[in-house]
Amino acid sequence: MGHHSYEEAKKAVFRGFWLLFAVTLIEVGVSLAGKGHIPGLEWLEDYQAAIYSIGFIIIVLSLYKAYFIVYEFMHMGLEVPGLRMSVLLPMLLLVWAIIAFFNEGTAWGNRRQQIKDKDKIELVKTQTDQAPETRSSEE
Amino acid sequence: MATDTAPLDHDEATQSENDAWDGAAAPFKASYGKLMMWYFLLSDAFTFAGFLIAYGALRFSMPTWPVPDFVFSTAPFGIHEWFPGDKAPLIFVTFMSFLLIVSSVTMVRGVQEGHRENQGGVVFWMLLTVIGGAGFLGCQAWEWSNLIGVEHMSITRNPFGSPTESGTYLMADGNKSTAEEDQFIAGSTYLIHKAGHGHGHGDDHGGDHSGDHGAGHGEAQEGEKLFLAQANQMVDESGVDMANIPIGGVNFPCFYLDEQGFIHRKYLSEENEKMGVQEYSKQEFGPKAFGALFFFITGFHGFHVFSGVLFLVIIMLNVASGLYVKRKNGYEMVEKIGLYWHFVDLVWVFVFLVFYLL
Repeated sequence: MGHHSYEEAKKAVFRGFWLLFAVTLIEVGVSLAGKGHIPGLEWLEDYQAAIYSIGFIIIVLSLYKAYFIVYEFMHMGLEVPGLRMSVLLPMLLLVWAIIAFFNEGTAWGNRRQQIKDKDKIELVKTQTDQAPETRSSEE
Repeated sequence: MATDTAPLDHDEATQSENDAWDGAAAPFKASYGKLMMWYFLLSDAFTFAGFLIAYGALRFSMPTWPVPDFVFSTAPFGIHEWFPGDKAPLIFVTFMSFLLIVSSVTMVRGVQEGHRENQGGVVFWMLLTVIGGAGFLGCQAWEWSNLIGVEHMSITRNPFGSPTESGTYLMADGNKSTAEEDQFIAGSTYLIHKAGHGHGHGDDHGGDHSGDHGAGHGEAQEGEKLFLAQANQMVDESGVDMANIPIGGVNFPCFYLDEQGFIHRKYLSEENEKMGVQEYSKQEFGPKAFGALFFFITGFHGFHVFSGVLFLVIIMLNVASGLYVKRKNGYEMVEKIGLYWHFVDLVWVFVFLVFYLL
């Protein structure tokens, strides 16, 4: 944007506004469609594939918004490569953090379910163990 | 002095490159302040990422999670009543997002005017930015007070639960309801109401709650409203002292009143019904982590907005006083607070994504 004249730069800013505005509206619309709030599109909710692709679309649009804010509004595009990379490259560490922690979260969930199932088995076992005891005391 | 000590066999280009890193020069072509603002924002991004990843990990670990379009479906001034079913899913938070986007755009304009050394223009656009930020904070204050005061969410309590199985609610006489609106499916979200808090905005006087004075929040369907009026009446007639509910709560044919006065509806799960088991389940609170994560993450973001507004005001006053005119550096201070302000908007993009859209 710095290469433009003042008038052009001004126009670019308001173009940016309408772009972010539109992308946000699309995001909300797509999200609501995936949750069965848009009349005529309620069937989307019933398809796992549709829900996953909607999530994917929203994430991509959000990343685009983030890119736009950083490169256009914060003028990252005009900084020298060294500065740009020293800020952006460390963010790649988050890719691994997301993979690792989401895996971990799923594992916690599975473990909790396992314990629940085990408790159920244990409960049935104690009930059957106690049954003959009560009978013998009656005799 | 650097040129004196540099080895003589170096050619011109390498030499000047070495000089650039010897100090005094700026290899990144950015001032110290601006560079450090970028690195501060980088570290702050990691803090927010840590929070949001914790949210994701905990959400993945839970069998159910409150559906955001149900939780965030209210708006001030009864605006949600204009929408079908008295619910305005995500409408209010979308408005909040627009406020931040607009204030980000006005900030860019302020920075542009700064580059032209246009003092009046900078003050004008910064003022608009401050108004946008303050508006966002006001919206968040409403959202929080609604969640805490009306819907009774706290750091350790999440009244938004989700059933893991489909089923049908019970009627006042303890039998399965036949009404269609009393059926629900697994994974949907319900709000556990507090007795006596059914309808108004936090009014907890007992008595007749069936009046139509402003439907409360999160209770959309007619069926639910009817049930609440009925439940409140049953509680009133039973003579339970609401200030001193017996330990273990009170059992009613179609709901369970817990010690804190929350009404847990009873239902017959589809599975039990199929097997012919007349065993009823009751609504449970949702995952506790939801409340804690919501208040910590949106609170941390709100705190950033708050401090951003404070700094914007300070720098705007400095601009107005003519402090930066003497520096003749294109109002770099405005550019730096601008970076911070855009970052706050940037974080909101992800908070919005994680908490409200997904």
